[in-house]
Amino acid sequence: MALKIVKGSIDRMFDKNLQDLVRGIRNHKEDEAKYISTCIDEIKQELKQDNIAVKANAVCKLTYLQMLGYDVSWAAFNIVEVMSSSKFTYKRIGYLAASQCFHESTDVIMLTTNQIRKDLSSPNQYDTGVALTGLSCFVTPDLARDLANDIMTLMSHTKPYIRKKAVLIMYKVFLKYPESLRPAFPRLKEKLEDPDPGVQSAAVNVICELARRNPKNYLSLAPLFFKLMTSSTNNWVLIKIIKLFGALTPLEPRLGKKLIEPLTNLIHSTSAMSLLYECVNTVIAVLISLSSGMPNHSASIQLCVQKLRILIEDSDQNLKYLGLLAMSKILKTHPKSVQSHKDLILQCLDDKDESIRLRALDLLYGMVSKKNLMEIVKKLMLHVDKAEGTTYRDELLTKIIDICSQSNYQYITNFEWYISILVELTRLEGTRHGHLIASQMLDVAIRVKAIRIFAVAQMATLLDNAHLLTGNMQRNGICEVLYAAAWICGEFSEHLENPMQTLEAMLRPKVATLPGHIQAVYVQNAAKLFSTVLKSQEGSTEGTAAQETSQLMIDRLPLFVQSANLEVQERASCILQLVKYIQKLQQKEVEVAEEVSALFAGELNPVAPKAQKKVPVPEGLDLDAWINEPPSESESEDEQPKAIFAKEEPKHSRSRHTEVDEKELARRREARKQEQANNPFYIKASPSSQKVYQESPGVEHIPVVQIDLTVPLKVPGLPMSDQYLKLEEERRQKERADKKKKEKKKRKEKRSGRGRRHDSGPESEEDITPAHMVDIVTEEMPENALPSDDDDKDPNDPHKALDIDLDKPLADSEKLPVRSHRAAKVAKSPVEDGDAENTPPSQEPKKKSSKEKREKKKDKDRDRKKSKEEKKKKKHKHEEKEEDLLGGEADEPVVQSEDTTEVVALPTSTNAEVSDLDFWLSNAPVPSNTQEAATVAATAEADSVPEATSGTAPDSDHDEPKNSELEETKSSKHKKKKQKKEKEEKEKKKKKKHHHHHRHHSDGGADESVQNGTVEDEEPLPPMSNYCLLAENSYIKMVCDIQGNLQDGSQVVVSVIFENKCDSLLKSMEFNVLDSLNSKLQRPEGSGPHDGFTVPFQLPPGVSNEARLVFTVQSIVMPQKMKGTLTFIVKNEDSSIHEKLDFKLHFTCTSYLITTPCYSDAFAKLLESGDLKCSSVRLEEVNMPFHHLLARICFHHHFSVVERIDSCASMYSRSIQGHHVCLLVKTSGQTVSIDAKCDEPTLLGNVLDEIKQTFSQC
Amino acid sequence: MIKAILIFNNHGKPRLIRFYQYFPEDMQQQIIRETFHLVSKRDDNVCNFLEGGSLIGGSDYKLIYRHYATLYFVFCVDSSESELGILDLIQVMIYFLVYLLFQVFVETLDKCFENVCELDLIFHMDKVHYILQEVVMGGMVLETNMNEIVAQVELQNRMEKSEGGLSAAPARAVSAVKNMNLPEIPRNINIGDINIKVPSLSPF
Repeated sequence: MALKIVKGSIDRMFDKNLQDLVRGIRNHKEDEAKYISTCIDEIKQELKQDNIAVKANAVCKLTYLQMLGYDVSWAAFNIVEVMSSSKFTYKRIGYLAASQCFHESTDVIMLTTNQIRKDLSSPNQYDTGVALTGLSCFVTPDLARDLANDIMTLMSHTKPYIRKKAVLIMYKVFLKYPESLRPAFPRLKEKLEDPDPGVQSAAVNVICELARRNPKNYLSLAPLFFKLMTSSTNNWVLIKIIKLFGALTPLEPRLGKKLIEPLTNLIHSTSAMSLLYECVNTVIAVLISLSSGMPNHSASIQLCVQKLRILIEDSDQNLKYLGLLAMSKILKTHPKSVQSHKDLILQCLDDKDESIRLRALDLLYGMVSKKNLMEIVKKLMLHVDKAEGTTYRDELLTKIIDICSQSNYQYITNFEWYISILVELTRLEGTRHGHLIASQMLDVAIRVKAIRIFAVAQMATLLDNAHLLTGNMQRNGICEVLYAAAWICGEFSEHLENPMQTLEAMLRPKVATLPGHIQAVYVQNAAKLFSTVLKSQEGSTEGTAAQETSQLMIDRLPLFVQSANLEVQERASCILQLVKYIQKLQQKEVEVAEEVSALFAGELNPVAPKAQKKVPVPEGLDLDAWINEPPSESESEDEQPKAIFAKEEPKHSRSRHTEVDEKELARRREARKQEQANNPFYIKASPSSQKVYQESPGVEHIPVVQIDLTVPLKVPGLPMSDQYLKLEEERRQKERADKKKKEKKKRKEKRSGRGRRHDSGPESEEDITPAHMVDIVTEEMPENALPSDDDDKDPNDPHKALDIDLDKPLADSEKLPVRSHRAAKVAKSPVEDGDAENTPPSQEPKKKSSKEKREKKKDKDRDRKKSKEEKKKKKHKHEEKEEDLLGGEADEPVVQSEDTTEVVALPTSTNAEVSDLDFWLSNAPVPSNTQEAATVAATAEADSVPEATSGTAPDSDHDEPKNSELEETKSSKHKKKKQKKEKEEKEKKKKKKHHHHHRHHSDGGADESVQNGTVEDEEPLPPMSNYCLLAENSYIKMVCDIQGNLQDGSQVVVSVIFENKCDSLLKSMEFNVLDSLNSKLQRPEGSGPHDGFTVPFQLPPGVSNEARLVFTVQSIVMPQKMKGTLTFIVKNEDSSIHEKLDFKLHFTCTSYLITTPCYSDAFAKLLESGDLKCSSVRLEEVNMPFHHLLARICFHHHFSVVERIDSCASMYSRSIQGHHVCLLVKTSGQTVSIDAKCDEPTLLGNVLDEIKQTFSQC
Repeated sequence: MIKAILIFNNHGKPRLIRFYQYFPEDMQQQIIRETFHLVSKRDDNVCNFLEGGSLIGGSDYKLIYRHYATLYFVFCVDSSESELGILDLIQVMIYFLVYLLFQVFVETLDKCFENVCELDLIFHMDKVHYILQEVVMGGMVLETNMNEIVAQVELQNRMEKSEGGLSAAPARAVSAVKNMNLPEIPRNINIGDINIKVPSLSPF
């Protein structure tokens, strides 16, 4: 045995550790894989050993190999073994490995549940921390369900380190187990106000993440976040909150209005670029959501644009990028304000950074106007020439076309220029957007009639130079342009200058190398051209010319007849035969031109892609009735018109309506859409989505506006778009001159100053008349058009499950599965046991019974009280009762803890919250940070005001939850209790709120509005304050509040409010206290033990301000008084006098207590533990309602109510040094008895004395 | 949310990877390759943001990276993270790595601080992970307060030391002996300019 151990440790000496492994791999560069496989074999050996250290080392190495891409899932079980080691070192390694390689389908994860639970409740905070970190990476739905309650308990752990991790991991738990969201949410919300900034930040993080996906459920938190935003100084938290507001404002424009001011303040004041940027972003979101209704938001826009300009001008590329990104958001709603920074954006187009250039391009889209379009495009064309990468060049190309064609060619004033741009773009090599250019050419040529002559000439040139374009044969390559060119030349051949030449160009043998669909168009349009040529030649004297043309056709067409492409072959052979027949006729000297041209007579009009659907159904035609037996699938497929040119569709579609049901129709529509998308030759009216078409009934009635062209039409050779810039300028000048003349005339005639706006200066947008007009095509939208955005949410999105209304009160079925005691488990049937998610039926009776039990107990209590009033026995009796009560509760921890979750959750009832939000959004003034602290009295006064103003609304609101509760099928007892608890909870909240008042002094009406929701049948509490008078003279008044410091067990924070009562300025205030052995004032570093604390402000007349002083105390069991002096200078206009004021600072034991929520199960355990000493006190003649009494104890003595049953309540508090103080408060008539337990009897006695004193005062 | 944190060197060799969403190992490697491909072809003086790669996340995701000496630090994040905030966070990461390496060298009495080499990252991969865990947890930023992070890391390391550490003294000695005959690993891949500017962190 001993030998084995020795052997084990010797073996161990030769184990490789991580460093050795890394070195080894580096030394075996040539045969790395082989080396690693031997290492893995070694690791496998090591994992077989019993020594946990060896295993941990092996697992550590596996983690490294995992990073290199090796699958280590085979070692999952060993990883679990290492995780369960008791040593932190190994545990950490195990959890690290698990977090790197475990996932939902790792089956050993099931085994870890108990281990993780054990680690979570470990006394060592780092064990817990490591487990939480690991769990965050591999949490599964099962783990989430089983551990949710444990993690929730950790959210109120004493250590902030654990709290923040527990809070953060809740997000993962919610994702995997959405049912946990509602029960856990109240506590999560609580953590938003955690004293530890880390925990607070974690809570903000989680809620922001949740709210980002389902913002509407979190609107009610807006007031809370608003408060955080105005008070927090942590930039991370601020950024998150501000981002969250950005997501919330679209839902609630009123929120936006409230935000603008504090955000602009932040923008002005912050030095952190990240914060500034997020503020600007959110302001933009706000402005977008407001878009109208804010009278002075132009100032905010201006501010944003200004700040963004600074970002863009910065030398830091990152800021530049972000600036442009944000700018593009403004552009959508406020293009004007961005347009003024055109120079800057154009400058960014020259940036060396491609990301920035792309961003700048995005911006350009919205910046064009009729005036600057040509100029901008010219600049872009320059970039096209310069661009190296094809991706960027393609991006430029699409942007140019986007910019020009946007809003139905709104900004194009000269289409000749546009055609030349398109033609110039064809010279790009290697582009993938040939089809885009082609469709633009077709669109323009068809829809702008005035441009056809020019377009045809250009296209003919293109066809002539087709060899330049055929380099790129791939699909969507530039050769697609030839498709458009051939079609335009054929269709509008009457405008051709030299049709014969074009015909020859189209019949060149080289054409046979083009893609099939282009050849097909070539053949068809060659026929059209042929007819045009015939017409001209027959008219002329030479008859042979016509015959020569026919011969040319007959010679060249066989090339196409042999084409592999069916379409080409069919068309070619058809036309070949036709031409042969024509030739025969020609030889007989028959005039055929007229008849041939009749083949292609009639104009093809542009039709919108969706026009077909709008064809009215003839009267009496029932489209839903079957005419014949339902056709088979394949049949209906065949009937789809396979027109090459979409514009032919309406002509034959009217008679072709097959009867199909809605589904089929949708399917077909989809198929057609697909087809159209795939078919590059389907002519869409325009790629832009924003165009607005005029409504006009039919294709035939499209108004075509002819415009007199002021520009010479003929441009020899390939056009250069640049020359249009000059021409355009001239044209505009001429127009302007004309207009002026007209104006003058008008003015002369009218003699009124109305025409003045046209005076001189730069011409406005409207003044630029387009050189050509676009024919506007009717694009009729079918009534049942499917909106494309109806399922923008991915059904697989895990966040969809988290779209949960958080304001609804919790239902019984929604509690977190709680780990129950073994005893309870036995009682359950095995089926229930397996189903950890307690289903309501199995739970309800149990619950009821416990309630009943408690109810009975209460009755008993009361009875006993009446019968046994003897004072001698009483003390003893009470103790027994208390234990009885608490012991009873301890029996059912399951039910108990469920109750508490309920208690916490209930107060957030929908109506109250919503009305609060409304109130907050509508009435409450914007609390400003600069507001001076108000005096205690003033705040107390303020309490009552909003209550009166909105008194009606909350009342009516409150009826609703009650009614709905009545409908629920629960025992009335249960309900009653629930309501009580609810009230209590609300009271507690109220108190907290009060508390805040006095501490922050800045939250005007915001808090009151929350209170309003809680107005109940029980009379409201009188305003309370913890600030007590410290000292006062004719110059100054000091009130103070003493609070224990949660983070440091030996610190007490004293907040002193100094109020100037005189008419002079008070300055140089020095606050000094004589230190005692036990308590010391913490003085700034470097000052002596007798130096005072210099108050960091001066007080002008009538002003008050608050200072905080920190004292260190050693023992907290006894109250203490400290003597001190405040010295200050009273400065008048003419004189200044030194004054002093003595005071006694009274540290009560209460001030060492900290309000700590406690759940009744924990409370029961605490009482059970038996470490606590007990004591009791009796208060006589207390004339106040019980809930007021409780409220006072809570407020003045920092307790929290654990549970309240009728006239009996248990309360809890904790001292800064961790002493537990438990109270059981009972009332009967005017007598109140308080039984208390604490692990420190002296402290307890003092606390009780203080409580007694509090009530003797009132 | 942070979807992944990748650290790799100029040759695309992973030095630390941490995915906050599960990907199988081969996919992880593919993502690293793709990310390296995207990031490495960018100049040093261009902006640090990249619209996400095709493998990891779609349009909502962004790559935010910093090139530091021989290492690329890449964070893949979605739109809920502040771009500039993450850049600062990377700065924090770098600071901590240098801090960690410094500690290691103080421990091993290696006085040449300048010789901190990129490889030391992988020699102490576990430690780097532990630091990272105190900064980012489950894809969310846990702590940004540097002092707090240092304190927690130190406390945990102290705890580990009190337990004797992973590789107890004898094993270390043996490994030292075992490595004597190995060729000296080139140590000249300096991490370069160590003096990091951390000013942007102080407000956090």
